[in-house]
Amino acid sequence: MKVLVIGSGPIVIGQAAEFDYAGTQACKSLKEEGHEVVLINSNPATIMTDPGVADRLYIEPLNVDFCERVIARERPDALLPTLGGQTGLNLATQLSDEGILEKYNVRLLGTPLTAIRKAEDREQFRSLMREIKEPVPESWIIQTEDELQAILDIVPYPCIIRPAYTLGGTGGGIADNKETLWETGRKGLKLSMRSQIMVERSLLGWKEVEYEVIRDNKGNTITVCNMENLDPMGVHTGDSIVVAPSQTLSDLEYHILRTASLKIINALGIEGGCNVQLAVNPESFDYYIIEVNPRVSRSSALASKATGYPIARVAAKIAVGLTLDQIENQVTGTTKACFEPALDYCVVKLPRFPFDKFASGDRTLFTQMKATGEVMAIDRSFEAALVKALRGLEVKTKDLSHPKFPPMDDEELALAVKIPTDERLWAVAEALRRGWTIQRVNGLSRIDPWFLHKIMKILNGEVETSPTAYKMVDTCAGEFESATPYYYATNEIESDFVSS
Amino acid sequence: MAKDTVLVLGSGPIRIGQGIEFDYSCVHCVWTLREMGYRAIILNNNPETVSTDFDTGDALYFEPVTLPDALRIIEHEGVSGVVCQFGGQTAINLAEGLTKAGVKVLGVSAESIARAEDREQFEALLESMSIARPVGSAVRSLEEAVQVAEKVGYPVLVRPSFVLGGRAMEIVYSESHLRSFYSEAESANPGQPVLVDQYLLGKEAEVDVISDGVDTLVPGIMEHIERAGVHSGDSMATYPPFSISQDLQAEMVRSACEIAKALEVKGLMNIQFVIKDYKVYVLEVNPRASRTVPYLSKVTGIPMVELASKCMMGMTLAELGYTSGLWTLDPSETEAPKGHVVPVDEVATANLEPVLHAVKAPVFSFQKLAKVEALLGPEMKSTGEILGIDFTFEEALYKAFVASGINFKGDGGVLITVRKEDKDAAVTIARSVVAGGREVIATEGTAAAIQAAGLPCRVVKKIQEGSPSILDAILGGEVSLAINSPSLDEQAGSHAARVRRACIEIGVPCITSIDTALAIARALDVFENPQRSHCLRLEEYFRGCVVTS
Amino acid sequence: MTGYQEILTDPSYAGQIVTLTYPLVGNYGINDDDLESDRVQPTGFVVREACDAPSNWRSVNTLDGWMGEMGITGIQGIDTRSLTKRIRSGGVTMGAIGDDLDELHHVLEQAKAYDETDFVGKVSTKAPYKWGATGKESVESPDPENRVRLVVIDCGLKFNILRRFWRAGSRPIVLPCTVTAEEVLAWRPDGVLLSPGPGDPRRLEGVVSTVQGLLGKVPIFGICLGNQLLCHAVGGETYKLKFGHRGSNHPVQDLRTGKVTITSQNHGYAVDAASLKGTGAEVTQLNLNDGTVEGISIPDARASSIQYHPEAAPGPWDSRPYFDEFIAQIRSGK
Repeated sequence: MKVLVIGSGPIVIGQAAEFDYAGTQACKSLKEEGHEVVLINSNPATIMTDPGVADRLYIEPLNVDFCERVIARERPDALLPTLGGQTGLNLATQLSDEGILEKYNVRLLGTPLTAIRKAEDREQFRSLMREIKEPVPESWIIQTEDELQAILDIVPYPCIIRPAYTLGGTGGGIADNKETLWETGRKGLKLSMRSQIMVERSLLGWKEVEYEVIRDNKGNTITVCNMENLDPMGVHTGDSIVVAPSQTLSDLEYHILRTASLKIINALGIEGGCNVQLAVNPESFDYYIIEVNPRVSRSSALASKATGYPIARVAAKIAVGLTLDQIENQVTGTTKACFEPALDYCVVKLPRFPFDKFASGDRTLFTQMKATGEVMAIDRSFEAALVKALRGLEVKTKDLSHPKFPPMDDEELALAVKIPTDERLWAVAEALRRGWTIQRVNGLSRIDPWFLHKIMKILNGEVETSPTAYKMVDTCAGEFESATPYYYATNEIESDFVSS
Repeated sequence: MAKDTVLVLGSGPIRIGQGIEFDYSCVHCVWTLREMGYRAIILNNNPETVSTDFDTGDALYFEPVTLPDALRIIEHEGVSGVVCQFGGQTAINLAEGLTKAGVKVLGVSAESIARAEDREQFEALLESMSIARPVGSAVRSLEEAVQVAEKVGYPVLVRPSFVLGGRAMEIVYSESHLRSFYSEAESANPGQPVLVDQYLLGKEAEVDVISDGVDTLVPGIMEHIERAGVHSGDSMATYPPFSISQDLQAEMVRSACEIAKALEVKGLMNIQFVIKDYKVYVLEVNPRASRTVPYLSKVTGIPMVELASKCMMGMTLAELGYTSGLWTLDPSETEAPKGHVVPVDEVATANLEPVLHAVKAPVFSFQKLAKVEALLGPEMKSTGEILGIDFTFEEALYKAFVASGINFKGDGGVLITVRKEDKDAAVTIARSVVAGGREVIATEGTAAAIQAAGLPCRVVKKIQEGSPSILDAILGGEVSLAINSPSLDEQAGSHAARVRRACIEIGVPCITSIDTALAIARALDVFENPQRSHCLRLEEYFRGCVVTS
Repeated sequence: MTGYQEILTDPSYAGQIVTLTYPLVGNYGINDDDLESDRVQPTGFVVREACDAPSNWRSVNTLDGWMGEMGITGIQGIDTRSLTKRIRSGGVTMGAIGDDLDELHHVLEQAKAYDETDFVGKVSTKAPYKWGATGKESVESPDPENRVRLVVIDCGLKFNILRRFWRAGSRPIVLPCTVTAEEVLAWRPDGVLLSPGPGDPRRLEGVVSTVQGLLGKVPIFGICLGNQLLCHAVGGETYKLKFGHRGSNHPVQDLRTGKVTITSQNHGYAVDAASLKGTGAEVTQLNLNDGTVEGISIPDARASSIQYHPEAAPGPWDSRPYFDEFIAQIRSGK
């Protein structure tokens, strides 16, 4: 089969290197299965646009015009749209809408477009959620300024504004009052490819949890990994400090959310990878479904590296008809891709922000992503992983101290702890250093006390974080022998080696 | 026999100034080393990348790219050599510490890095080879800075040393400006001197070269569309040059070869040039992979990282089939890129007729960053890049613009408001716009110049002149493209800044460099007739023309 | 990575020292709800790090505090990954926790081998009880209408099995493992459940003969140990796995549909597929990792069983439909 893959184009905030990683894996994966890969991508700084990664490479602009020209020339049998980020997905949607796929008889692989629309179009998504009895926060779909005007008095404030069909939540925001809702809403309408925004109840302060899930066309479903955001709801997950696996959910809560996530991808009919974001009430079993990304995403790249499970590779194989039990687990070399990775370490991701370059930029974080990159650290304790992540972030500071905060008076510091910015972690550390109680810092920041206790332990020097051994990431927590030399350093007595 | 283990240092988190390009280079280095029979292991902490895919290297260490972390792994693995060249400034910064710790740094010595990066050593080096550079010096106090600026004359370029991506770098036009800016440059890298240089407003160009320490191959020269003053990472870079004479190209190739030899570079090196009054000046030398390596590798067909990695491990260019000089593409009968090396002495006179044209364009993320100024300057702001490639310069330009999201939004007019130095250029642009059948919209000063040239132009009010202003025209959807070159003394938060921000907010492309705008004007015919451009596989462009079969 | 409270109260772990591969244990504390039996079942617990400041809205105690109250020994600061790898290569082994090596060696020499202890007898209920909407009820309590009467032979039950069967529309009646077939039938069951439990199934000859006495007379469903008991009841064999199946991520393929389910598992013995030949029992499900038997069925006797834990707690809920299916089968009389 000749398969067209659409890359993600240039690196922009919200769509970065992860799609080169995913795209390269996907191309390799398709070729392994004997397919011929046609690739179009405009970004030359990628491995996927290297000669030899795809069989037929087009470095041309990513728009409908050039895609059609490639299709007309190559006459591919199929198009794989879910590995090129939102850009790839939007283009595939446009190609389908304009009848180009039909005209050239190009079949779409992987998750069907109808499912993608159901996941991305808020109204369709909500009605599906209502059908399968999964809770979504109250919200309003707005397509005109008049409609926006009409809800100004009904909406519960604070509310969140999310434009549909954009990259990384572009143009969204939180409104505390009518005036802000009006301004942000109008901007969102203009930025949305479909002139559509959603205004919804704000769940500020709830826990944000993500599940990376995979489904094949036989209906087999697995969870690759779940992740808990240290920053509670209100901050884009790309801008949040993220921990894998979740740390403060009990088994019951973990599986309530896992079951909901799998139910959703079954209902959508996903064939490949999918990311489900949920808001969880820290005081009850209540939760809401926030968002579903029916494609390989930044979170899936993180989940792949955090677990050793190659999501893009597996998603590409599913797209061409393989089922999870037919795909091999590359890491162990002995088991199948149809399993759920077990972690025996803690992963911390820290976002990397561009405010060293953009001194004038607004550092407040909300639903619009601002980070350009991220670092991940693996260790056997949260404390050690956080310390390690900070050391590798390459910012002004290498640890939990930051010159900006000690001079602040308590009032200023309280604000810095309360309002999420790229520097809040350091403000929190300063507050704890000043002897503020966990309860007080939690009250301001809504960061779970578990994390605050751990940060306190780091500040008190209670945790041994200097590495003494190297352990392996093996997808199975040591249950099986692993053939993949993927290591992290930790403070333990014994190192792992690949047996040769 | 056990294979030698080589550690390749990654580039850490993606940030402005250090992007995915470095991951590309690291991955290629690892692949090459493995192919050569070494055991190549990777140290990196960025989960988004191909380098941290667990089957890229012979082993992956998912750890911070810092000296202590690297040293621990080196001991644990019994590493015989470390590659610092490909992981951007993150990796190169570790070279000195590794050397001091007795670790073998492959390719380029910490000493050579210092000779390129340390101001005084670098000046001495260029001096010894009679290569020109903008005059200036490293200073350690504001008063010293003022003295230097007076000596070389304003404008001057003020920046911290040892900082990548042009952070805290500014073109300073007056003493008061210098006095207000100096502390920012100083605090960007505390303890290190601040550089104050003569600022040459000229054409910029750059090369990435591969050297074995003796011979040096220049795969291609890239000319920047934007003149000096815009960070090279934010400039559109064309391959081959479109307006630099062969004499000057020869001069650049000669300088590159001499510098590489003097620094004993085994691997890659990037050199930035500025050309002013038909004279070539060297701005900067970086003895490591730069962000243009993947771009240049793809459009020249030279596997730059592979060759560089082999040189780094001791092979010579001669062994790899190359000699010193400028690689020049020849039309290929097959799809394999074909070319020959023009020796240094022949560059001025050889036939350098291009087989293809390529334009790299930056892509910005301003829409994500509220309150960030879209104005380009010496500090890098782009997050990504795209490549436009075709048989003619105009077609390649067109593709570069379109691929980077610069396209006319709807049928509206083109808004032109430029500083007085750019009025002539504004007229040139307006002429193309009118010829293309679009309306020209301008504020008073610019409009006067355009109308004086006999071209139609709609005049709109400046923001401060009341409604309906330029801002209303943009927000009202009357503008499909805006060209706004700021005056040299423009203050932050000015009216012009509001105009640019408004464009970003509603998604109208806003061009802030007059050179970029001139390039659009040049490609305007292709904008109006997109079918003029080609849509071919990368390899097909190496043929030099469309082959109909 | 979660589920320590459920594991610590799971009777299948009776008499064992349990170690967890996930290094951070106790993060969400201990609550009053997630108990799978009335007490802590393992004799020892080995973790990398026990959280002293848990955070969860239901938490009422720390892991350490609770284990102290329950009188169970635990140890932290252990490189549990190394320990896991040792168990992987050397198999499960006898163990002891303490700080005096000589004394530990002495204790181990004196200790009876795990396989020689009758843990089922220890963990099984001593007296019959019924299960209702709010938990245990006395055997005298009246039975609600229209519920399937399900006799459960308790070899080491987890409460969540009873909760799930109640929700599926049955009335569980829990009997000790010493019960005879006649005694079971006297309860007029619509179906019988063979529960999970600890230890070597070959030791449980009494329970096996009870099952033999029930086969063909009443629909039977087995979970975990129940799977192995059913196997023995038809004359099949079981064997000890090198290091058993533990945890919440085991893929099981149903041979009838090809569909794979992620399951929660905890067993050290497995059914020998070859030994089932000619017994009337057939293998219905296999473990995708190692090909071991995960489910058998005896169509003629309306009996079936699975090796994994559909009740989860801890673990994924993907096989929860089994409860409804079994009850529906009983109702349909098939």
